[in-house]
Order: sequence, then structure tokens, then C-alpha cells
Amino acid sequence: MTESTTGSSGAAGKDLRLEGVTKRFGDFVAVDDLTLTVPQGSFFALLGPSGCGKTTTLRMVAGLDEPTTGRVLIGDEDITDLRPYKRPVNTVFQSYALFPHLTVFDNVAFGPRRRGVKDYQQKTRDMLKLVQLEPYARRKPAQLSGGQQQRVALGRALINEPGVLLLDEPLGALDLKLRRQMQIELKRIQTEIGITFVHVTHDQEEAMTMADTIAVMNAGVIEQLGAPGDLYENPETTFVANFLGQSNLIMADVMDTSGRTVVVDCHGQQVGVESTRSHTSEGRGWLGVRPEKIFASPAGLENHDGSNVLTGGRVSDVSFVGVSTQYLVRMPWGQELMVFEQNTGQRAAFKNGDEVDLAWSRAHAFLLDADQDAQAGMMTPEADT
Amino acid sequence: MTEAVTTPPAPPAPVVDGENARRRGWGWLLLIPGMLWLAIFFLFPTVQLFFTSLYDPSGSFERGYAMTWHVANYADAIIDTSNLFLRSFMYAAITTFVCLLLAYPLAYAIAFKSGRWKNVMLVLVIAPFFTSFLLRTLSWRAILSDRGPVTSFLQTIAILPDDGRLLATPVAVIAGLVYNFLPFMTLPLYASLDKVDHRLIEAAGDLYSSPFTGFRTVTFPLSLPGVVSGTLLTFIPASGDYINAELLGTPKQYMIGNRIQAAFLTERNYPLAASLSIILMVVVVLMVIVYVRRAGTEELV
Repeated sequence: MTESTTGSSGAAGKDLRLEGVTKRFGDFVAVDDLTLTVPQGSFFALLGPSGCGKTTTLRMVAGLDEPTTGRVLIGDEDITDLRPYKRPVNTVFQSYALFPHLTVFDNVAFGPRRRGVKDYQQKTRDMLKLVQLEPYARRKPAQLSGGQQQRVALGRALINEPGVLLLDEPLGALDLKLRRQMQIELKRIQTEIGITFVHVTHDQEEAMTMADTIAVMNAGVIEQLGAPGDLYENPETTFVANFLGQSNLIMADVMDTSGRTVVVDCHGQQVGVESTRSHTSEGRGWLGVRPEKIFASPAGLENHDGSNVLTGGRVSDVSFVGVSTQYLVRMPWGQELMVFEQNTGQRAAFKNGDEVDLAWSRAHAFLLDADQDAQAGMMTPEADT
Repeated sequence: MTEAVTTPPAPPAPVVDGENARRRGWGWLLLIPGMLWLAIFFLFPTVQLFFTSLYDPSGSFERGYAMTWHVANYADAIIDTSNLFLRSFMYAAITTFVCLLLAYPLAYAIAFKSGRWKNVMLVLVIAPFFTSFLLRTLSWRAILSDRGPVTSFLQTIAILPDDGRLLATPVAVIAGLVYNFLPFMTLPLYASLDKVDHRLIEAAGDLYSSPFTGFRTVTFPLSLPGVVSGTLLTFIPASGDYINAELLGTPKQYMIGNRIQAAFLTERNYPLAASLSIILMVVVVLMVIVYVRRAGTEELV
């Protein structure tokens, strides 16, 4: 057993693969036919709201839950039926789950001792150094701060040099400042040791800051998978458009899909969307534009050659947030669009009631299926899971 | 004993204003009824018992006793009954051990595996208390009687010889003790096992512990407070018990409790009875102190 579970960082072809994994709890489908490959050495984030199945997915990789159907593989080894303690996988639990009766040192040394690693003492000291906890080795977990406990949990998992490290909302219990600090530290450690990290979180900012690849999950399926920038700039569903940042979604009729630019009609005004950014082809669609991509100008004053323009807007709300000014602009068809203007000091701010034109580059809009809910993935004040 | 505290508690603010001081005064006032009760019904009798143990043994219940600081009572008591003391502590130790072996799996099952039957099982553990202790012990005479089902069965499978018996043997006395004290072991064990965070056991599994290793390195150490209180709650009363030896044994199985009871109620040798009681108390307290120190419960969460 010891042999098969020893860490294998550096060995090639140890991608984590899920093949058609489904998990049902009674009638409830937590994870629905999920197929996914996490390349070895990557920092992979599973992002989604509570109840989307991301933690269940993680637990199935850890072996704490069994898939109803489907397979979990690391490299070519099928680990679907392997008990948790035989998997080359370690977890940083959301609650940390530190052993309260053991010291920090013994917590970190727990894994190597179970596996019979001879020089576990030296390894433990090295790991305590990596997570900057050397002075606390003799303390009990209850005598540490939240951030320190978090680092113990990380060290306790990392010392085993797992093929895959699973992180279940590891920063959820920390305050904002500490969380930023730990995000940078986690990324540093991951780059340093090159272990595959699978990070489960509902915090889109956290996912985008750290991960190479993000899978956005909703209702048991992956909505979209890609690099943070791609997901943000070119979302394929309304859920992703709303869950990652904010989006203006305008109902539009698709007029012409023949060229490299798809032409759509927004309540009588025609605008273009690059065909690679169009995710629907017939009838109607949601035209999406990020608020910071929109450029507002006094009505009729500026020339927007080559850009998309929507005219006839009227500023209905102005909020100054320092780094930018956020406007709500009421369009002729009654919808209010969000516009964020960088506070560069070059341009005068608009006032309530000012008439404005809204312009954006063709490369910045996206077109989504009209059947999807425009409200999907909106941030609601949800409880942390 | 609560959940792990994430931040060290702030040092209590020094009491400065009179408001706080007055409140504190009220707190003490609430202790008075309990303190009075203990003083009258525990402290005073204990002091009385101590003095009685030093009375002149030549006195009698009818004529009264003279207070002569007769320390020799203790020497007499020890010489007279050292074998009873040894037997009592041995029976109590065996009882405690057997109780632990029986109660641990039971408490574990209730805490982790019982699901919606948890409350039913807990009530079943306590249910015997609804019947008189004496009655239940007496019924063990029927269970273990020479022609009873248990004896016949053990004879059939040749564990007991054909003329062997259970009643009036140490086995019967210890069986009775185990039966009577099992709930006192089960409940504290259950209480501490129930508090063990299931996620810690998952974490042990995640860190290469087989279910058994996980139990050995995580679950069992975390249940030690329950083991310590359960063994104390069993050992202390069991070592002073006399009902089980009286009803299920013979004078050959008598424990120190029987001797104290006889000295008090039959012989009315109050100085002897009192000095035996004091010795029992002191020895038990000493053993408990050593045990708790060794178990190191203050180190546990």
C-alpha cells in the first residue's frame, strides 16, 4: 500500500480525469454526467454557487463520496473504487479538520507517519518552514489564529506530495485581508512545488486570481471551462456572464450570420458581434456587454467609427466609487444598462438626466442563447456552504 | 470542552465599577442554598464519621462511646479486612474493564451508526433505572440460578462442569456489578464520542489511515475524557458496593462494603465501621488522583 500511495509529483501523465461521473442523493442529482480533465501541475478551480455540485465532485475525487456512475482516474490508474486512504490525493478541508488533540507538528507529521516515512521528522520541519509555522510546532490547533490553522491544514496535506491536492473553500473562513495574502501564498506554493491543485470555491475573484483554468459549475454540470480571461471576456452562457463579474444583457434579433460579424438588431439599432463570440444562431439572442467595456459620450457629439453604438440613453443614476464612476443609463426601450467609466480625470462626469450615446468595440460584445434566463448566476446574498 | 476556539480568549477585563461587583455578589448568594446543603448533609457527617473512627472501641451503641483518639482502630481495621479491600478493588477493576469492553462498542454504535434510532437506544440504556436497583439485582439470582437457562446452557456446551454453578461465585458478583454499572460507563462514553467531529475521521482517512488506524489515532484519543469519567463512575461506586455480593455471592465473595454494612448495622461497632469507611474513601481518592494524573485529561480537548 505504501508504495502505491507515495507521492508522484514530477512523474509524467498524472492528469486527473473524471469520465461521465454522476452522483445522486436520492432523487437529487448533485453531479450530472461530468467529464473533465485536469492537466497535471495545473491550478484548477471549480467555481459555482452553493449547491452546484462542486464540493461533491471534490469529495468523489478524494474518495469520501462514491460516484453513482462514472470513473475517476489519475493518469491511467482507475481510483473510482479505491478507499480514501489508498488514494494519492490529499484534501485541505473547508473547516480545516485539524486534529485537536495533536500539536501542530504531529498534525503535519500525521500523513508521513501513517505511511511509515522514515525521516518524517525532518520532512515535517521542512514543511513547517514552507508554511511559516516553525515557531508554532508545539502548539495545539486551538491556540492558533484562523490563518495559522489554515496553513497547518495546507502543510498537513502538502507534506504527502499528493498527485492531486484538493482544496475545499480553504479561504472561506478568513477575513478579506488575510484571504488576499493566502491567495498569493497558495499560488506561490503551487508554482514552487508543481502539484496539481483542484480548488473549490464560490468566490469568482478568488478563482480568477489563482487558477490557470476555471470550470464554472451550475446545477451539477459544467457551464463553461477555460482560462479566467476567456471565461470573463467570452462567456458562453448567461450564467457565466452573470456569475463572473457583471454583464448587460440586451434582447436582440439576429439579422445576418453570414459574415465574420454577426449583425443583430437591438430594439431598432443595429450592432455587430464577432462570429467567434456568438453562441446562438437563430431568431433572437442576448447581446452581452461588460459595463467597463462601454464608453459613454454626450449624445451625438462623438464619432464612433467601426464601433457599436446605441443611442438615446439617459443617465438615471450616478455613483462615484473612487476608482471609477458607475452609471445606470436608461435606454429608449426602458432597460437600464450599467456603465463603468474609469476615473482618469480626462473627462467630465455625467450628471443625472444627461443624454448619452453608448459605444463599445465589436471585439467586446458577446451573443448568447435567448432561451437562457437573463438573471441566471446573478449574485444573491447567499449563505456560504 | 467546546468546539476548538479559533482565537485565544481576551483576558477578562478587570472589574472596576460597582455594578459588576454587585452582580458578582449576587452570584455568590445563589450558591448559599447548595453550600448549606453540602455543609449540613455532607461536610458535617464526614467530620462526624472521622471522629467516630477514633472512638474507644470498647464502648457500645447502648452505653455510648468515649472519644479517646484511638488511632489503633485503623490498624485493627486494616489487619482485619485487608483481604476484603483487595477483593473489592479487584472486583471493581474487573467490573470496570468488562464494562469498558461492553460499553465502548455500544456507545460507538449509538454515537455514529444509530441514525434515527439514536434517542430510542439512549432511552434503552437508561430504561433499567425505571425499576428498582434491588429488584433488578434480585432477578439476576433467577437468571444465574443452578437450574436457570444460563447455567444449563453453559453446562451443555461444557464450559461449566455438570455440578458447576454460577450463583454464589465471583462470576455472579462481577456479572451483577457489570450489569448495574454499565449505564454509568455507556453514557459518558457516548457523550464524548458524540462530540467527535466526523470530519476529523474523514481527514484521518484522507491522510492514509485505514478505518482501524483512524480509530486508534483520532477517534479513541478524542474519546478519552469519556473513558476517564466512565471508568471513574464505574470503579468508585463498584469498589464500595455490597448489594451484589450480598445477593449474588456468599461471605466468600463479600466486599468491603459488606463488612462496613455489617459493622454499622449488625455488630454496631461504630468505630470499626467508621475507620473502614475513612480508609476506603482515602484509598479511592488517592487512586483517582493517580489515575487522572496518568490519563492526563487536562491535556485533552
